[in-house]
Amino acid sequence: MVSILDIIGPIMVGPSSSHTAGACRIGLLTRALVGGTPERALIELHGSFARTGEGHGTDKALVGGLLGFRPDDARLRDALDIMEREGLDYRFEKTTLGDEVHPNTVRLTVERGAERAVVVGSSIGAGRIRLSEVDGYPVEVTGNLPAVVLVAVDRTGSVARIAGILAEEGVNLATMRVTRKERGGDAFMVIETDDSPSERAIAAIGALDWVHWVRALPKVAA
Amino acid sequence: MYKALEQAIADAERRGTTLGRLALETEAKDQGRPVAEIREALARALEVMRGAVSHGLTGEMRSASGLVGGDAAKLRDNPAGPLAGTLFHDVLARALAVQEVNAAMGVIVAAPTAGGAGVLPAVLTGLAAARGVGDDALIDALAAAGLIGAVVAERASLSGAEGGCQAETGAAAGMAAGAGVELLGGTPAQAGHAVALTMQGTLGLVCDPLGGLVELPCVFRNATGSAMALAGIEMAMSGIEFVIPVDEVIDVMGQIGREMDVRYRETAGGGLAATPTGRRLARERLVQIRRGAGRGVGGA
Repeated sequence: MVSILDIIGPIMVGPSSSHTAGACRIGLLTRALVGGTPERALIELHGSFARTGEGHGTDKALVGGLLGFRPDDARLRDALDIMEREGLDYRFEKTTLGDEVHPNTVRLTVERGAERAVVVGSSIGAGRIRLSEVDGYPVEVTGNLPAVVLVAVDRTGSVARIAGILAEEGVNLATMRVTRKERGGDAFMVIETDDSPSERAIAAIGALDWVHWVRALPKVAA
Repeated sequence: MYKALEQAIADAERRGTTLGRLALETEAKDQGRPVAEIREALARALEVMRGAVSHGLTGEMRSASGLVGGDAAKLRDNPAGPLAGTLFHDVLARALAVQEVNAAMGVIVAAPTAGGAGVLPAVLTGLAAARGVGDDALIDALAAAGLIGAVVAERASLSGAEGGCQAETGAAAGMAAGAGVELLGGTPAQAGHAVALTMQGTLGLVCDPLGGLVELPCVFRNATGSAMALAGIEMAMSGIEFVIPVDEVIDVMGQIGREMDVRYRETAGGGLAATPTGRRLARERLVQIRRGAGRGVGGA
């Protein structure tokens, strides 16, 4: 259903919803996967992101997202200067991820302390985004809702246990997707929720001995 | 939200209300939110629109390529043309202002998109300034524009990559025309005719940005799109009716977009982008951006 607020909005830094707002949102989700501003980043631009990204401020928007700026934050314009001032080691490269990959796609390899994440994200139009890969797992993360993402041993009852912890915290699940690299391997879970789960719920999930890591991702859509 | 503008017009006329009020009530029902909350969100959008107009009129904004910026200030400072001193002249300056801010990575409201973001603020704030219309009426008008845009999104497209510029500045002009009629006290039926009379004039408009950047001709398309909207408002409020029903005009815009060659849909493969000068500027200016950025792609 189309909302009039989708039409009269979003409020954003120009010039292009897909090259600027969408790119910023990919940066925001990537930042959340390592729990804060990464100290190092390799930003590989594919397709139209590589071709017209600079003129559209895609580089600034991606870095701004990694710094925690939202798509309507006027500081996006100065994100590269802020990155330099903060002494962050971010590097851009052009790449080709294949013909079947969406033209507005970026691969980010980020590090913060001991945390590391490799993310493939696409800006699919009108500021909407999709992360299609995290650490080699095929995923689908949109940022339309808050989400819990985790990697766990693929064992019977794991999904029910995690759903149970969220339910105890009064968090309603909207969608849930489980993917694996191979049968019997670890499972990557993306659980979208109506409200943001509490830190306590995330900690309780992280305390399960068969959960390797867990992160809360914010809603980044308008 | 409504999927047919004629249905919305019929409902509004039957209930003795406006498209704007009808849009607010329908949105509240659709989203399960109070009308006051939606009005607040639209009030924030209005504030950002006004900010972009005044920011752009300072003439200080420059785009990454350096090709865009400062023209809104020229219109403001050199009222030498036949429209000097008129509402029309003022609206053109406002449209350039917002789109110059957009090209320079300033804050705008994508309404319906970033590439067409200048039209609605130009027409609505321009009319409001000239006629002393208050913010409540402006918020109603934004809601009406949202309803019209929602119908276009549903029946055709709001994306230049899908439908060409007719789907971005063309749709924005249609939205501004319908909303402008309501702002000036016209009837819902007149608003519908204003949308049709405006969009018949933007049918077939291609999306051909130099170098693929939202700069040229986008900035000027927002000004000429605003001019189309003013023409539509003027004709509809004089009682002129467009013979093809508005929903059919919107449908055919979508049809033309689907049949439009991919070169004319934001790919910079045709139109002004593919002229000798268009190609040369794209080549030179993109290199310049690369050098100027220093830390950009390939650097650092």
